[in-house]
Amino acid sequence: MQPVIITDKLTKHFGDFIAANELTFEVDRGEIFGFLGANGAGKTTAMRMLCGLLTPSSGKATVAGFDVYKETEKIKRKIGYMSQKFSLYDDLTVSENIRFYSGIYGMNYEQIKKKTAELLDELQLQNEAKNLVRELPLGWKQKLAFSVSIAHGPDIVFLDEPTGGVDPVTRRQFWDLIYHAADKGVTIFVTTHYMDEAEYCNRVSIMVDGVIAALDSPSNLKKQYDTDNMEDVFYELARKAKRKAD
Amino acid sequence: MITLNNIDKTYNKGSVTALKDISFSVKSDELFGLIGPDGAGKTTLFRILTTLMLADKGEATVNGFDVVKDYKQIRNCVGYMPGKFSLYQDLTIEENLNFFAAIFGTTLEENYDLIKDIYQQIEPFKDRRAGQLSGGMKQKLGLCCALIHRPKVLFLDEPTTGVDVVSRREFWEMLKKLKKQGITILVSTAYMDEAKLCDRIALIQKGQILSIDTPAKIIESFPEKLYGIKSAKSSGIFKLLQDTRSYPGIASCFAFGDSLHATFNDAAAKGLIPYLHSKGNNDASMEVITPGVEDCFIHLLKE
Amino acid sequence: MKQLIVFIKKEFLQVFRDKRSLLLLFGLPIAQIVLFGFALSNEVKNSKIVVVDYSKDAVTSQIIRKIAASKYFNIEQSMQSADQLQAAFKKGAIKMAVIFPANFAPNLQHTGKASMQVIADASDPNVATTVVNYVTQIVNSYNGQLSSLSAQPLQIVPEVQMMYNPELLGAPNFIPGVMALVLMLVCTMMTSVAIVKEKELGTMEILLVSPFKPLYIIIAKLTPNLLISIINYFIIIILSAVFLDLQVKGNLLLLTLCSILFILTSLSIGLLISIGAKTQQAAMMGSLMGMMLPTMLLTGFLFPVENMPIALQWFANFVPSRWYFIIVKQVMLKGLGIASVWKETLILLGMCVLLFTISLKKFKIRLQ
Repeated sequence: MQPVIITDKLTKHFGDFIAANELTFEVDRGEIFGFLGANGAGKTTAMRMLCGLLTPSSGKATVAGFDVYKETEKIKRKIGYMSQKFSLYDDLTVSENIRFYSGIYGMNYEQIKKKTAELLDELQLQNEAKNLVRELPLGWKQKLAFSVSIAHGPDIVFLDEPTGGVDPVTRRQFWDLIYHAADKGVTIFVTTHYMDEAEYCNRVSIMVDGVIAALDSPSNLKKQYDTDNMEDVFYELARKAKRKAD
Repeated sequence: MITLNNIDKTYNKGSVTALKDISFSVKSDELFGLIGPDGAGKTTLFRILTTLMLADKGEATVNGFDVVKDYKQIRNCVGYMPGKFSLYQDLTIEENLNFFAAIFGTTLEENYDLIKDIYQQIEPFKDRRAGQLSGGMKQKLGLCCALIHRPKVLFLDEPTTGVDVVSRREFWEMLKKLKKQGITILVSTAYMDEAKLCDRIALIQKGQILSIDTPAKIIESFPEKLYGIKSAKSSGIFKLLQDTRSYPGIASCFAFGDSLHATFNDAAAKGLIPYLHSKGNNDASMEVITPGVEDCFIHLLKE
Repeated sequence: MKQLIVFIKKEFLQVFRDKRSLLLLFGLPIAQIVLFGFALSNEVKNSKIVVVDYSKDAVTSQIIRKIAASKYFNIEQSMQSADQLQAAFKKGAIKMAVIFPANFAPNLQHTGKASMQVIADASDPNVATTVVNYVTQIVNSYNGQLSSLSAQPLQIVPEVQMMYNPELLGAPNFIPGVMALVLMLVCTMMTSVAIVKEKELGTMEILLVSPFKPLYIIIAKLTPNLLISIINYFIIIILSAVFLDLQVKGNLLLLTLCSILFILTSLSIGLLISIGAKTQQAAMMGSLMGMMLPTMLLTGFLFPVENMPIALQWFANFVPSRWYFIIVKQVMLKGLGIASVWKETLILLGMCVLLFTISLKKFKIRLQ
């Protein structure tokens, strides 16, 4: 099967500044792909290009089989997106949020009804269905946001630091949801600052100064850098950048 | 240096409990960590101690001064770095520092030796506007501004949130050095792995303290044996997790990076590996491991 | 199409759940209709005028009776001397004086023509033109009546004199109003936004947890706006003199001091708004709705206050710019001194002191 994401020398510059430099990689269907890098390394730029939100300066890429230059609308229908900063409307209820996002992605009335019931059941939020989202604890908000982002059955879901600040148990429950989704064939493209979460991924790429400095499975990377945890791997790579960046 | 007694705090006319019956103390020259996720009450606690908010009930003192009656004296002798703060974006590093020095009635030169190690890392950029600094640099600048008047107590509210791994490590190195200068430091963080860098820590969740002690003693107090389960196959964690959870003798099982941490009922531990093998996890292995602060936190959350 | 409907539904939900925007969407139009429909109008009714009749004959009595019967005029007690008239005009107590010279009717009969004096206070040229028009209409219609009854054409000629503003320039009325508006705007909006910005950024927290006295924070925030407003004031004065030919007839020092007083009052209002507002947006809205609108509508330079319903007139007394407007008109246009404006100055001073006291007391030294 064709990989869900294929990029070939994907590049973006803003004036003289090269935010993303000739990124070349592939992501397979059903893979949990960790996209790591320090703030300012170019992660957000790369993700935006793949989501069809930013036009690349040069290079090629396809997402879910569609070209990121010419077929961005088709890409958007096949992907889901969730970020830590925003995913749900605080001033709408839980059900209203589910209905809204499902409707936006073109699901019809019957499908939306079914999906809403499913989600509420899965997350055990039946009692909170009519509550405003702003009254939910942070952990539940994040779990709901994730479920909403895959409600329309996308091929791939982009998660931008989805577990920031959440307590350790909720964080793991969140990853349970990710595992379930990946099991069902959804490809997961996730960025995170928690290095232990990097270990949950099938493969991990680490961006430094706009370039992919490493891409492999966590265990291979650990062997390569002769260490037993991902944080040390990251530290080794990012440390060299600090001398150049600031 | 810092004491809290039965502190209660609610918001929205009592409908939201931020802090419930909090009591603990921080010794002089201690590096004390307040560890807990978002919404645990860390910021509220800081605001009460820095006299920015009044508690509903209870008393607290900082450097011997009462947070309600003697707030002016406290404001004279503490340094404060609020969470997700921003200094003056339109002013340069140097201008920000000079401003805060003047506010505190001192100058950059007067206490330069205290902030020298930190400041030298950002000094080459002293004419850059604060709004254009990276997260790590903003953090260093914020720390300098909080230290500029040589405070007795330093309150740092989530200083490492949103900052990359490298800067986080450097920051904690700086804190350790500061401690040697005779400054009591109260830090809050949501990163459990930073806990072991503190002298003592308080684990806090939903406005209540779960445990207070040195990291070592908290780890010692973990009531059961903790096992680490690994699979030599790199991508098999999920299956391993599901299979282990379905084992009848399991008490708890959580993913921790490339291994699982599990506790068992009674002596059921021995039967796990054969069980996993029977489910097709042929390269699963298990050993006793020392718990970390996160394991303790998860365990305490259950209660 | 369906997706569009889903989105529109969400927008409706969000709008109706936001109480502040509801106030704006429904409250404001209703308030505007009530205000503009019933309360504010350009019609000039019940203007206080004085009639001086040196002739006291049948013709003058008839004209005076018609004037008295009109709803547009309230005839004040008669004055006899020119000095009394001058004083009344200076105080702003009367808007117009109608003077019939001696031997009015005899002149009219024998020469077919008689003239009467109409003197109006043109510091508000719109009002002056309007009242003069009213009186002219009354005289003309009476004129017509008389002529139809007599053999020869009779002509009663009102000789109009516009005081303080003979050319009926709009500027003399607008400039004081603009001054009040500009100074009020800069002071309240800029001050309140500047203070709330610190709160929003989070820097206010750090400032509070420091030995820096909160009073100094206030002084520091107020000072730039005070200086800028004083400069603005001088710019307006200079521009009016150079381009609109409108000099300050009275004491410049007095006008400047009163202006500074008004600026300080506006600053204290800005301070008060900043205490209640949590976001810069709220501060701006508070300044606009809370101060700009009343200032524009109730100061008296767009709509005469005397014609508003009593309730609104009473409310207008609480708007500082109303008093400042009077001071500027008296000093700048009529060249009067402290003796004429001491009452308004005292009121302004009282407001200033009261507002500062309240806002300083309420300034939050804590976050909650």
